[in-house]
Order: sequence, then structure tokens, then C-alpha cells
Amino acid sequence: MKKTYKIEVDCANCANLMEDATKKTEGVASAVVNFMTQKMIVEFEEGADVKAVMKNVLKACKKVEPDCEIEL
Amino acid sequence: MTRKQRKNLTRIIISAVLMVVLHFIPVTGLFRFALYLVPYLIIGYDIILKALKGIKNRQVFDENFLMTVATVGAIAIALIDEGDYVEAIAVMLFYQVGELFQSYAVGKSRKNISALMDIRPDYANIEVDGNLEQVDPDEVEIGTVIVVQPGEKVPIDGIVTEGVSSLNTGALTGESLPREVKEGDEVLSGCINMTGVIKIRTTKDFGESTVSKILDLVENASSRKSKSEDFISKFAKIYTPIVCYSALALAVLPPVINLILQNTANWGDWIYRALTFLIISCPCALVVSVPLTFFAGIGGASKQGVLIKGSNYMETLSKSKIVVFDKTGTLTRGVFEVNGVHHNELEDKELIEIAALAESASSHPISKSLQSAYGKEIDRSRVSDIQEISGNGVLAKVDGKEVAIGNGKLMDRLGIEYHDCHSVGTIVHIAINGAYAGHIVISDVVKETSKEAIAAMKKSGISKTVMLTGDAEKVASQVAKELGIDEYKAELLPADKVSRVEELLSEKSEKAKLVFVGDGINDAPVLSRADIGIAMGAMGSDAAIEAADVVLMDDDPKKIAKAIKISRKCLGIVYQNIAFALIVKLVCLVLGAFGITNMWAAIFADVGVTVIAVLNAIRALRA
Repeated sequence: MKKTYKIEVDCANCANLMEDATKKTEGVASAVVNFMTQKMIVEFEEGADVKAVMKNVLKACKKVEPDCEIEL
Repeated sequence: MTRKQRKNLTRIIISAVLMVVLHFIPVTGLFRFALYLVPYLIIGYDIILKALKGIKNRQVFDENFLMTVATVGAIAIALIDEGDYVEAIAVMLFYQVGELFQSYAVGKSRKNISALMDIRPDYANIEVDGNLEQVDPDEVEIGTVIVVQPGEKVPIDGIVTEGVSSLNTGALTGESLPREVKEGDEVLSGCINMTGVIKIRTTKDFGESTVSKILDLVENASSRKSKSEDFISKFAKIYTPIVCYSALALAVLPPVINLILQNTANWGDWIYRALTFLIISCPCALVVSVPLTFFAGIGGASKQGVLIKGSNYMETLSKSKIVVFDKTGTLTRGVFEVNGVHHNELEDKELIEIAALAESASSHPISKSLQSAYGKEIDRSRVSDIQEISGNGVLAKVDGKEVAIGNGKLMDRLGIEYHDCHSVGTIVHIAINGAYAGHIVISDVVKETSKEAIAAMKKSGISKTVMLTGDAEKVASQVAKELGIDEYKAELLPADKVSRVEELLSEKSEKAKLVFVGDGINDAPVLSRADIGIAMGAMGSDAAIEAADVVLMDDDPKKIAKAIKISRKCLGIVYQNIAFALIVKLVCLVLGAFGITNMWAAIFADVGVTVIAVLNAIRALRA
């Protein structure tokens, strides 16, 4: 399943870091962070609890870039 | 400016003013330290917090850490020597100014790009009892008639059923000339209706419509990273720790050696030099500008109707040396047109009229091209007794005359003598009342811009152009000669195209990249086999969009040269920035280590370089 989230991130490299962090989160099959459109597209693994996974994604992203926001 | 940017600007102003005011207040000792701490914390608290968080999260070495260590160190030296606190505050201040500038510039260019790609229609108009009603385009079923008023976006692909208008297709194709549409014409979603009200019968769901597909492509433009980006992120990972340890060595070793040699240690001096070293070495200019250049490049390209799926493709495209084309639909229009009428007794027009009438019942592409050459409404009542002879042609009565129209075999069969043609293309012979009346040559037409496109590619450094086609040898050689293509292979099956591309791939050197350009029909395997696959005008073909690395929104071959040019410019900027930043930093680092530069120069070396690199990166937007 794919879902798109609006994000707020200031620099292109931070967007790359967020993408890496998201990809490594459990329950995420793949992720794309588009800096230009300020969107994050997350593909979840089958049967993953989307809400719980996104909570972890946010946590992981805050770790690499404390300034970022994800609108859940 | 966003709220965050305004807040940062306020912080910068307040702390700058405080710094100036404090300069005139005659206090000393700890009280002075406490006073100067105020502007320092105002301007730097978030950096310090981020550095602490980084340490907590075991991501120690980043620019926040460098800045914090350098400024805290400078303040400590000032506290001990009763020296100048201004430097430490200024370092933070300028760092923040640099950040603010960069975030403003980036935000602005980002908005430019997303505004261009803002083609998502919000609603569709449906007529209900004579009134227009706005509905969600997702809910419109195929076959519904929707109304598009001037100034509105066409929300869903369809066919015009009523009205005349001109459409701005700029968002789809980058083409600035408006396209005229009338009843019966196909319109793509994402175009903007400019002049008249049109009614459209939808032929697709919203999700399958052009506009949705383009948005999907742009938003998913996966950040597959290019080698240069990988290089930078790996570089930053190794570089920052190395710099930190070098700075530590610079702070500790010389004084210790001095002590051993029984000279004065000069701790303060060397620590100051080490801190300067730290500030100069901050890799922001690279870390920020390289990904930004790729983003701007991809954005600028999509503005031109060239969708590049990732920065790695941008990089490969810039190294392309060999371009392989599919012929039909790529270099030629893929539409058959009447190209000549020979050996005819009647007027050209008359012969075409008779041919079009006789073929009027057939749905063969040949019959369609005859009808479009005739250009008028077919009056079916003039035709009777139509008899189609499969693989040969048609016999019919037109205006009472017996007409036979078809290939050489048909003429042989009827025992009519005919002239064969030396021209390239499909030859349609016509006999009227048993006597030969001439033949019509129908062939595919080369696109107007093809020749120019090939020349532009040659000029931009493409060393070899190759055309692959399933068409006959005679046709291929003529097209290749006309367009100035170096090499061609004719009469290929789709599978042969793959093996031919593989041959070309193995012949070339590793550095020269091979581009394959196709119109997306039957090309998917070759598109994915080449180093870079470009699909053109491919909005109709999902397989091609999937397989291609670069998608051209219209089918103008000139866009291929454009795409290559954009990618070269983008990569050029990347290399400029890398070289510029590294050289300036290296020079400053050496000077700093010898104590020639001070912290002021260091902060300019860092922020100045970043600002210039960001400005340079944004150039990639204007393709």
C-alpha cells in the first residue's frame, strides 16, 4: 500500500537523509522523499500497521533532521 | 518568507544590535561574559541544541557540531584572556545569515518549480438540468460529457463533442503555441482552455488520464542518487571526522612540541587556529549545493517537457555519446501520407478522389491516408459494388465506372499492364474501366524537426547516431540519408533491436553512454536495455513510461538534444561547485593552520562559498 504525506524540510540533503531513515524503518517497503514538491511517498509492507509505522518514521526522521515535519 | 525564516531574521537582527550596543558598554570580567552570552545564545541556541541532539543520537560530526565547538572554544579563549567575544557571536551570526539566505533561495526556486507542475485539476463541470455542477474529477465515469470553460484546466482526457477553442498545452509539452481544437479532436487533461467553452466526452478515468500520470511521474521522481551525490554524502561522512581530528591535533600537538622543546606553549594561539580551521572546513557548500543542483536541473527540465526520473539518469545522460533511434513514430510521424501521384492520365486530385471513394469502406491505414489527402466528406452514394480482395486491393464502381485499386498483384490478376515505381513507400495502382490510370505513392513522413534535431545532437558532442527500424531497406536508407544519420539497420524484428543495441553496447567504451529513443510502442525491452531509455510522446503508453528513464512529453525529436544539453549544464554546475568549494576551503585551511587567516576570514570562506554555490546551483533551473 502506498501513501503520500506532506512534509516540511529545508534542505535537499536533509530530504535525502529523511528518505534513508524512512527506508530503514520497519514496516516500510520503500520510500521516496520529494524535496521539490515537499512530499513523502511511503510504500508499506503488507499487513503493516500504518499509524504505528509512521510514528516510527517520524521519530527516525527527527533524529537525522530535527527541523523536519511530517503531516500525519 | 515563511514563519521560520522571519523568526530567524528577527534573531539575527536582535543579536546583531545587541552585539553593537555591548561594544560601547564598559564592563569587565564575568559580568561582561554574561552580557555577551545573551546575543550568542539568541543567535546560536538552536545550533547548540542540534549539536547536542546529534551527540545523543550518535550522529556527532555535522556542521552544527563544528559550529558549536568552534564558537564555544572561541568564547572560552576570550573568557580566559579577557579578549574579544565578538568573533564567536559573529561566526554564529554569519552562519545563520548564510542558512537564512540559502533556505530563502531554495524555497523560492522550489515554489517556482512546483507552481509549474501545479496542473492538478480540482474539479470537473457536469451539466445537470442546464446548470453546471462542479464534481470531483475522480467521480466522473468514462463517457460522461464534461464542460470546460475558458481559463479552466481540462480535468480528464476525452474527445471534443461541441465547441471550438484554443488550448494552452504548455504544462504538458513546454510548447508555447496554443493548439486549436474543434469537434472530434482529442484533448489531453492538463491543458488550459483559453478561448471558448468546449464540451468533452471523457475517454478515460481521472486516474488514467494524462494529468494524473504526469503528476505521478513527477512526484515519484525517485531520488535515485547520482554518483556525484553519493560521492558527496560519503565524502562528508569521512571528511568531517578527519577535519575534527586534524583540528584537535593542531590544537594539541604544536604546544606540546613547544613544551618539549622548552619554548612557550602558546596554547591560546594554537587553539584559536584550530577553531578557525574547524569553521573553514564546514562542508555545507557541498552538502547543500550538489543535491540542490540536481533538483533544480530536474525541475528546469520538466518545465521544458522533459521528465527525468532521477539524478543518476541526469548524470548518465550528460555522458551520452551514442544515440540510437527507432524510426517510425520517433524520427518520422508514423502517419502515412500521400507523397506523390505518377503516370496518371487524370488530374492528381481527380485520381485521389476516385481512389478515396473506392477505398471508402476499408479501414486500412492506406485508405485513411487517401481519405485525408482527399480532404472532403466522402459521398458514399457515388460508390457501389465494393468488393475487397484480401491482400490485393479493392474493386468498386465509382460514378458508374469500374475502378480497380490495389497493389501489383491485383493488376497482374486483372491482366492490366502497370508501371512499377522507383519511389520509396507503398504503391497503390489504379485502373479505371480496365485501363491503367496511374499510381499513388504513400509513405511515412519525416518529422519537420528531425533533421535539425540530429544536427543539434552532433553539435552537442554526440559521436554516433544510429537508426533501427523494422521497415524496408530502401525506406531506411532514404530516411537515414535525408537526416544525416551515421548508421542504420533495416528490416529488424523487435527482438533484433535488442540484440543490435547489445552489440552497440559491447562495442563502445565504458564511459560513452548509449541512449535509445523510441516512441514507446514495442520499445519497452530496448528502452530498459540501453544506458538511458528515452520515450517520446509516450503519455499513452504505460509500459514505455515504466521502462524509460527519461520521458519526453511531446514527440518533438529536438527535445532529445535539449535533454542532453540540460543534463550537461546541470553536471557542469555540480563539478564547478565541487571544485570551487574544495579549492577555496583547501587554501583557507592551509592559511588557517599557519595562522595567517583569522576567524572572520574563516566565516566568510564558509558562508560566502555556500552562498555562491547555492546561487550557482539555482542556475540549473533555467534550462
